[in-house]
Amino acid sequence: MTTLSPAPRSRGLAVFATLLAIALLVAVAVVGEAVRAGITSPQLSAFGAWVMAAGLALGGVTLWTAVNGLRCSFQSGREAAANEILASRASAAQSRQHSFITFGLAFAVLIGFALVQLVLINDGNIQRTFLRGDLMAGSALDIARAFIVNIRLALISGVIVLVFGLVLAIARMIPGKAGAPVRFLAVAYIDLMRAVPAIIVLYLIGFGLPLTNLPVLSGLNAEWFAILALSLTYSAYVAEVYRSGIASIHPSQWAASRSLGFSYLQTLRFFILPQAMRLVIPPMLSTFIALQKDTSLVNVIGTLDAFNQAKFYASSTFNLSSVTVVAILFVIITIPQTRFVDWMLERGANRRKGA
Amino acid sequence: MAFIELSGIEKSYSNHHVLKGIDLDVEKHQVVTLIGASGSGKSTLLRCINALETIDSGTVSVDGDVVSGPGVDLDRLRRKVGMVFQSFNLFPHMTVEDNIAVGPVRLLGEDPDAALRRARELLERVNLAHRARYYPDQLSGGQQQRVAIVRAIAMRPEALLLDEITSALDPELVAEVLNIVRDLARDGMTMILATHEMQFAREVSDVVVFLEQGKLLEKGPPEQIFGEPKEERTRAFLKQIIEAGRL
Ligand SMILES: Nc1ncnc2c1ncn2[C@@H]1O[C@H](COP(=O)(O)OP(=O)(O)O)[C@@H](O)[C@H]1O
Ligand SMILES: [Mg+2]
Repeated sequence: MTTLSPAPRSRGLAVFATLLAIALLVAVAVVGEAVRAGITSPQLSAFGAWVMAAGLALGGVTLWTAVNGLRCSFQSGREAAANEILASRASAAQSRQHSFITFGLAFAVLIGFALVQLVLINDGNIQRTFLRGDLMAGSALDIARAFIVNIRLALISGVIVLVFGLVLAIARMIPGKAGAPVRFLAVAYIDLMRAVPAIIVLYLIGFGLPLTNLPVLSGLNAEWFAILALSLTYSAYVAEVYRSGIASIHPSQWAASRSLGFSYLQTLRFFILPQAMRLVIPPMLSTFIALQKDTSLVNVIGTLDAFNQAKFYASSTFNLSSVTVVAILFVIITIPQTRFVDWMLERGANRRKGA
Repeated sequence: MAFIELSGIEKSYSNHHVLKGIDLDVEKHQVVTLIGASGSGKSTLLRCINALETIDSGTVSVDGDVVSGPGVDLDRLRRKVGMVFQSFNLFPHMTVEDNIAVGPVRLLGEDPDAALRRARELLERVNLAHRARYYPDQLSGGQQQRVAIVRAIAMRPEALLLDEITSALDPELVAEVLNIVRDLARDGMTMILATHEMQFAREVSDVVVFLEQGKLLEKGPPEQIFGEPKEERTRAFLKQIIEAGRL
């Protein structure tokens, strides 16, 4: 004789979820209405009404989910009374699932709605300071054009950094007594360049090199100074990224390669680096995104990049909306890169799993 | 003159004295088996022979040439003396056939197509031709170890060092790997192997060496070592092994 243990409890959770969904709807209505009352511009008021409608609709979906949970919970109770324990368990599980989805939805709707209200609050002050559509549209083309400079800086420095960073990493790991001075130099460089803020390196190079009268170097234009400064700084970071990747390859891989007769450098090249590269892609991307963002520092040496262009608009309109445009541009170029890397890693994993 | 000659090998890790004056000669086509408790120095001794570890004193000579001490082309030595590890150590980013062909192509200058063809032939011999294009982590442990042996063989070494190559395998996979070693022994490959598979050691070895705490305590033909060991401690070790059901 087997005795089935009863279904998990679901009623309290379902009731709580339902109350929460109702509270969410009330909050959206009350807050939305209050914020809208303070808005004077008709367009903004319409936008507020639209947001409230969306909030209420999503709140409705949340409530509907909660009610479903409640329904399943009652059904579970009926089934338990009829001694259909297995069915009762399934219903209770479903009820709990609905309740948890309700919590998730309610949380997301609340945060999203609150953020939009923040823009509208105080008669849309935030919107008018950071997000004025006309000013954004008016400056967008010039800023996008100047943004090409940022992209160029990031790409050229990026390539230099990938190469120089690897050289630094290998120099830092060179074995033996003969390698000691090289190791020392590499460590000193990496420590130094990571310690000094990028903006200071940029400043020193951008304003200092022209004064030195060095052949070639002092005659470069500001953009090349920027590339030089960013490359010098970021190579130090990238060297550490490479090094951590190389260090995380198991020593047995070295033993296997050396036992076949491969030299130290051949081992690095054929076996260690190819494996390490796959590991360093995610931190490498983070570093590259940081580099990309730091291209906006070049405004301190007067290069006309997107940020500099936007500041020009901002100071002539006494409004920051043009700077928001720059922020948006950085987001737009960054997100595809992160998705691309995710895709690449997944593909690599799949390739090795299913032949 | 023996093919591999070890004399007075000493090795310490910081203040841990691991090998205490090992002398051992291995003739061409001989199979020498190292037995002894875990930590007795079997792996270290093997790694000293192909210079994966440097020795503190003593000499290693291979094929009449002293290969310990400074000024030796170790990469050339290692091409002559292949090694197979307990944990397989295949290159995970390369297919099975590339694992095998990479050495011949990059180090012996063989034509890539010819090297791949030979890799597949060798795989055929260990019944793994159908896995040539797979990646190591798609294979069972036994299959990986067979590939690792083939990888070492592909370099046409004159001797092989095998370090507990079945210790990481599930029991049912041990035989498929040992069969290959048996074939190699029959073909006259010079081998030094560390193992806990006493039955197998008894069968393939010409000489069995018992190591204890870094000392070569006893050596002789397998019948003598397993049948009537001279040393009390060899006897004790073998008794433990028998009790563990390994002999
Ligand atoms: N890289 C190392 N550093 C320090 N001690 C080690 C190292 N490798 C091995 N040893 C020590 O040397 C001794 C012999 O080890 P090993 O040769 O692996 O023995 P076995 O292969 O017979 O089990 C052990 O005590 C082990 O802890
Ligand atoms: Mg060992």
